[in-house]
Amino acid sequence: MHAAEAGTFPGPGHRLLLAWLAVAGACSLFLFHDTGPALDFVLRFRGNKLWALVLVAAAVASATLVFQTISHNRILTPEIVGFDALYIFLQTLLVFCLGGTGFSLIAPELKWLMEVILMLGVVLFLGRVFLTGRTSLHLLVLGGIIVGIFFRSASSLMQRLINPSDFVVLQDSYFASFNQVNSELLAVSTVIVLLATGCIFLLRNELDVLLLGRETSLGLGIRHATRTRQLLLLVTVLISISTALVGPITFLGLIVVHLAYRVTGSHAHRYVIPMAIAIGILFLVGGQALLERVFNLETQLSFIVEFIGGIFFIWLLLRGSRR
Amino acid sequence: MIVVEQVTRHYDREPVLHAVELRLAAAGLTAIIGPNGAGKSTLLSLIAGLDQPDGGQIFLDGRPLAAYTRRELATSLTMLRQRQAFNARLRVRELVLFGRYPHHQGRPGAADYAKLDEVMTYMHVTEVADRFFDQLSGGQQQRVLIAMALAQDTPYLLLDEPLNNLDIPNAVAMMKLLRRFVEDLGKRIVIVIHDVNFASCYSDEVIALKDGRVAFQGNPADLMVPKMLESIYGMPMPVQVIDDKPVSFYYLS
Repeated sequence: MHAAEAGTFPGPGHRLLLAWLAVAGACSLFLFHDTGPALDFVLRFRGNKLWALVLVAAAVASATLVFQTISHNRILTPEIVGFDALYIFLQTLLVFCLGGTGFSLIAPELKWLMEVILMLGVVLFLGRVFLTGRTSLHLLVLGGIIVGIFFRSASSLMQRLINPSDFVVLQDSYFASFNQVNSELLAVSTVIVLLATGCIFLLRNELDVLLLGRETSLGLGIRHATRTRQLLLLVTVLISISTALVGPITFLGLIVVHLAYRVTGSHAHRYVIPMAIAIGILFLVGGQALLERVFNLETQLSFIVEFIGGIFFIWLLLRGSRR
Repeated sequence: MIVVEQVTRHYDREPVLHAVELRLAAAGLTAIIGPNGAGKSTLLSLIAGLDQPDGGQIFLDGRPLAAYTRRELATSLTMLRQRQAFNARLRVRELVLFGRYPHHQGRPGAADYAKLDEVMTYMHVTEVADRFFDQLSGGQQQRVLIAMALAQDTPYLLLDEPLNNLDIPNAVAMMKLLRRFVEDLGKRIVIVIHDVNFASCYSDEVIALKDGRVAFQGNPADLMVPKMLESIYGMPMPVQVIDDKPVSFYYLS
């Protein structure tokens, strides 16, 4: 091994191994701790929940990492620029048009598929508007924030117009829910998350170069505009899946990616991608286990994630402004 | 061989280059000079393929730039810019190794590491190899970026205002280094530079741009004539010959 690959011990490879050992430990604890007599039922129930947590962690972690690499910043996440607002808007629109009862009657797979397609459509359209080749991704980010405000205002207007019982249906569906995951959705989501993260991992070396900025990566032979667009599509697919599974979680990706860079001690995507996914799983599985077993609180994991993540976001902003 | 044919570039309908027609010398160091806003950096970006002309074509070794793939271009020419900001904390060795990317596509082999060691020794940055790039002084950063450009190992090297932010000894050292690249390594170098005296002392060929048009192309001795300089910069610029080199003492004019 050449000196460039060596470095301080433990190297990124060892750290990654440790992180995934921790993931394996956490997952088996989550599955097998204190199962009681109905082993079969408990394992299936916990297995589904665990798998959903793993999928969401993988999707959010890799999507946020790629988004930060192609937008050249370490603070924005796809959700912060309005992907979650889009999701809530689509849900509100459905309830508004169909009424609370009609909305509940649509099969969840169909609802999910509609959401994914609609989100892809909107992002593709916005990408077409903002990514015409010469315009920068910064414009897309700014546009995303404006579009996000538009979707939020439109949603809140519609929410005022519908009747209170419909609003309750709506509220149920758009708060992240790690407790109610449809197992039929899991199969589809698994395939798509595997494909999308697989594509991202194949592009790991180009992602490293993209970190150096537009001009340097062009100079090093990367087809910058094409790649950026393709990666943005992958990000959209991943975010739409995690949102459809458990609702919007704005700040999870931010914490996970930041910690992944810190813990790995390297910028190389071949280490940071799996590390971010591992930390995401540890975060969600650990959080859920703590909530369920230790605190005996049957509350939502998303509240905790958002609370910690929000504080972290503000801390990052303050630290950034002091520099 | 770089040939610029009828190249036009606008920014928001504001023309920056008007049908520029150039045939750069086959070898040596070419300096592009001219007042602010003359289109020097735009021209260099177009030659580097970082920007596309609105009209006309640029040929590199007889082939239009548009016909090159990004990777082919990256193994033919290197563009070195001032003010590099990277979105990652990189160690010097990692950064310089990125210069090899067009050759190894993410899988560096023995040849890439050999080249890495060679350019780092050549640029005297071996002792800072494991430091973070952003912790280095301006002069050291410059040397690291040049090492990265050398690692890319291309026949053409383009530099946009390489003397910016350099003190006098570093600026002189930089120009001497570029001369060595031409003479020892056979590089074909094009630089954008402000100081006419540096251009006069170190370049083989000078191109002067003014208001997006070519105002002069030729050897430095023909440029360094008071009348010519005045027509380019719009102020009187007396010229004296010191040690066989024409220099302009314009500081008091």
